[in-house]
Amino acid sequence: MRRSSAASKKKSDSITSSTTDLFRSGPSKATSKEMDRIDHLFNQYANTSSNLIDPEGIEELCSNLEVPHTDIRILMLAWKMKAEKQGYFTQEEWRRGLKALRADTLSKLKKALPELEKEVRRQSNFADFYAYAFRYCLTEEKQKSIDIETICQLLDIVMGSTFRAQVDYFVEYLKIQNDYKVINMDQWMGFDRFCNEISFPEMTEYNPELAWPLVLDSFVEWISEKQA
Amino acid sequence: MSFSQNREPITIEDGFKLIDAAVTKLTRIIEGKPEPPFLPEEYIGNYTIVYNMCIQKPPHDSSGPLYEKYGAILQAYDKLTILPSIMEKHDEYMLREVSRWWEINKIMVRWLSHFFYYLDRYYIARNGIPSLTVVGMTCFRDHVYEKVHFNVKQVVIALIHKEREGQQIDRALLKNVLDLFVQNGMGNMERYEKDFEDFFLTETNSYYSRKASSWIQEDSCPEYMIKAEESLKKEKERVSHYLHSDTEPKLVANVQTNLLVSVAKQLLEKENSGCSALLRDDKTDDLSRMYRLYHAIPQGLEPVAVAFRLHVTAEGNSLIKQAEDAATSGIVEEQVLVRKIIDLHDKYMAYVTDCFQNHTLFHKSLKEAFEIFCNKKVAGSSSAEMLATFCDNVFKKAANDKSNDDSTIESTIDNVVKLLDYISDKDLFAEFYRKKLARRLLFGKFSDDHERSILTKLKGQFGGQFTSQMEGMGTDMQLGKDQQTGFEEYLKNANTGKPKGVDFTVTVLTTGFWPSYKTSDLNLPLEMVNCIESFKAYYEIKTKHRRLMWIYSLGNCNLTARFDAKPIELIVSTYQAAVLCAFNHTERLTYQELIDQLNLSHEDLVRVLHSLSCAKYKFLKKDPASKTISKTDSFEFNSKFTDKMRRIKVPLPPVDDRKKVVEDVDKDRRYAIDASLVRIMKSRKVLPHQQLVSECVEQLSRMFKPDIKMIKKRIEDLITRDYLERDTENPNTFKYVA
Repeated sequence: MRRSSAASKKKSDSITSSTTDLFRSGPSKATSKEMDRIDHLFNQYANTSSNLIDPEGIEELCSNLEVPHTDIRILMLAWKMKAEKQGYFTQEEWRRGLKALRADTLSKLKKALPELEKEVRRQSNFADFYAYAFRYCLTEEKQKSIDIETICQLLDIVMGSTFRAQVDYFVEYLKIQNDYKVINMDQWMGFDRFCNEISFPEMTEYNPELAWPLVLDSFVEWISEKQA
Repeated sequence: MSFSQNREPITIEDGFKLIDAAVTKLTRIIEGKPEPPFLPEEYIGNYTIVYNMCIQKPPHDSSGPLYEKYGAILQAYDKLTILPSIMEKHDEYMLREVSRWWEINKIMVRWLSHFFYYLDRYYIARNGIPSLTVVGMTCFRDHVYEKVHFNVKQVVIALIHKEREGQQIDRALLKNVLDLFVQNGMGNMERYEKDFEDFFLTETNSYYSRKASSWIQEDSCPEYMIKAEESLKKEKERVSHYLHSDTEPKLVANVQTNLLVSVAKQLLEKENSGCSALLRDDKTDDLSRMYRLYHAIPQGLEPVAVAFRLHVTAEGNSLIKQAEDAATSGIVEEQVLVRKIIDLHDKYMAYVTDCFQNHTLFHKSLKEAFEIFCNKKVAGSSSAEMLATFCDNVFKKAANDKSNDDSTIESTIDNVVKLLDYISDKDLFAEFYRKKLARRLLFGKFSDDHERSILTKLKGQFGGQFTSQMEGMGTDMQLGKDQQTGFEEYLKNANTGKPKGVDFTVTVLTTGFWPSYKTSDLNLPLEMVNCIESFKAYYEIKTKHRRLMWIYSLGNCNLTARFDAKPIELIVSTYQAAVLCAFNHTERLTYQELIDQLNLSHEDLVRVLHSLSCAKYKFLKKDPASKTISKTDSFEFNSKFTDKMRRIKVPLPPVDDRKKVVEDVDKDRRYAIDASLVRIMKSRKVLPHQQLVSECVEQLSRMFKPDIKMIKKRIEDLITRDYLERDTENPNTFKYVA
């Protein structure tokens, strides 16, 4: 009895001693020195009044990383951080992300990006990232769909490098059609499946009688008419 | 008697000699040569020789040798006497020889068996060897039958061919000969089948195949069928005359295949005489024959049913096209078209029940055919709408003209219900029907009996849900009468009397039952306002918690217009009355003033003004006097108007609400699809996409044929609303979200 209370006392001592120790139980134990550097980096970009990195800060970060700020890698970084609000990074999120990447300086962060990209593009992760990208763009609380214009941009960022043709055609279609003003999560996920399962531009495997979202049925029909 | 004990044993040599003598005598007798018959003593004597030789004590017991002798006698007879005689002859003569010697052989075997009978009793039984009869038959089979059957078969088949070509042949002879084949099978049909039947069927096959080829070229369909029927009849007779009954099914199938099955398409599709032509020209006998012939063949009726369906579809399609062509300025003549379709149905249903014996295959074909063309649009009108309009016209006419006898109306109603069954958009029909029914009920153009009759029949066929709203409308009308009486009582008692001396009738409609109508904020003339108020007061007393919504667009009004010449009673709609009453206080009003005063929509006001100033009767003078209403016109009461009639009805043409009906139905369909999808998923929990869609279509098929795209859209909507979700493992499957 006495021993345990002594032990627990020790623990509570350590908890109050430093906030950074909260992270000690995480998978990759950052030393307190690393954490300091991470925090220091955060402060370089954060808005001092809100204690968040805001869009301006992100832009600066991007230019320092020599990555365009509409680049997919920033989105991947946000994913790694599990950032909730588009355009902002909280300190917690920052710490989470950079700790996971083992990057406590700007150069290390820069070097970590290709590795991050590889990690995200692994099939087991990509679907999660893809869904995350959609959710990241939802700004209102009850919002479930994203307007066409934003979707087009998002498609370009997320899928542009891997499925250029599909993205270009789909974006063109979305812009000229009138049936849909917004795209929901189900349709968004459908597009990823489409890119992975259907050959393009032949699309011979596509069967509109299956459960593809209707917007893709119309898209395929539109392409077939164009090709005829 | 034991006389044998004292005798000397008979040697084989001696015994055989005696037997041979007896056999010689026997053969002479049975071959018909002059020879005195056996005396009883001789008969017994022969038997006794054998008997003694058998019971002799060894070494003289001669059962074995006697058995051999028996076989040898018959063998010799077969080989040396029977076979040569047969081989000498040819053709029919050979058959006769065969038949003759077969009979002789039977007698020979029988007599000889009697002589050697003792062997049967002990020696044969004890040793388990073939009986005397069997030995006799086997002998004939091996030494005669096996040698001659091929030639015999050739002759038989040649004779049959002769008979087929119309010549007379000796049927009894053939029967005997074929019976021989059967008997030589010795217990099974193998010899008959392999040595005769197989060849016969092959020959039959090529015979009828040739006939079919030539007939199909030369003959018309009815002629061909008669020949086919005749052939089948003859072949069946052939069986009863001389073939074994086992052959019948094989023979019939053979003939049918050649004459009917392999040429089916050519036959049925023959130009000018095939199935289509026969249907067109009412050739019931030929059609019945066709049914008879093809019914006997397994799955044989299918091509006929297909030909039937194609013909009916073509007829229906041409009616549709005729109506389309005749529809000048986009107006369809429904009465004509629907009547024609009804007649078409009666005509071809008669064929199904009579010629085609009510067979389900033909009922199905008729249904499929009607479902194809009954769902086509004519000049933009759907069949659902056309049928509703048809009913409307029939009922309106019947209500006006009481002389129409009820039975024609009843049969028309039956036909309408039948046709509705073929229309896939039944809900669209219901909606159009409801709208027209409302007008009929409210403007008094209906006969209670007829309306009730059709509703009962529709309910019986399509369920209570289909007719519940319409029935409600009828009930409202009934209650309305009581309501009006109550209202008039109230007016009397309340001492208010008729408001401003105006007679006033109100019909209260229950919202759910009747089609939805737009309300308008029409500013009524004062006289009417008072009426409205007094009814409102009455109604408040009668029922609490009910809100009245006034639909002035459905009302009508009797006005007396005091023209210079004479007053004339005008029967007009409420809107028209309101416009006319506006001129009670001012001689002249502009369009704008009227709009401001009455608060009607432009669309409505234009219609009303047109009917009062540009149509047949010009109660208002329009300035400028053009044919159309424009917003800058002004109007004046035409006091100079007169007509020989004392009473004029001024119709206000109803607005074309086809678009609205279609929209309303589409909206209801969306809800129906949602409800159906949720219902299905709730009970199944997990379901693949295609199954969900097909179950949904099935559930809704009683009312309409849902568009697959619409279903997909509703599914997506339900996903967004969190009723369903896609299975993460299998994106083609959905799960119910509780």
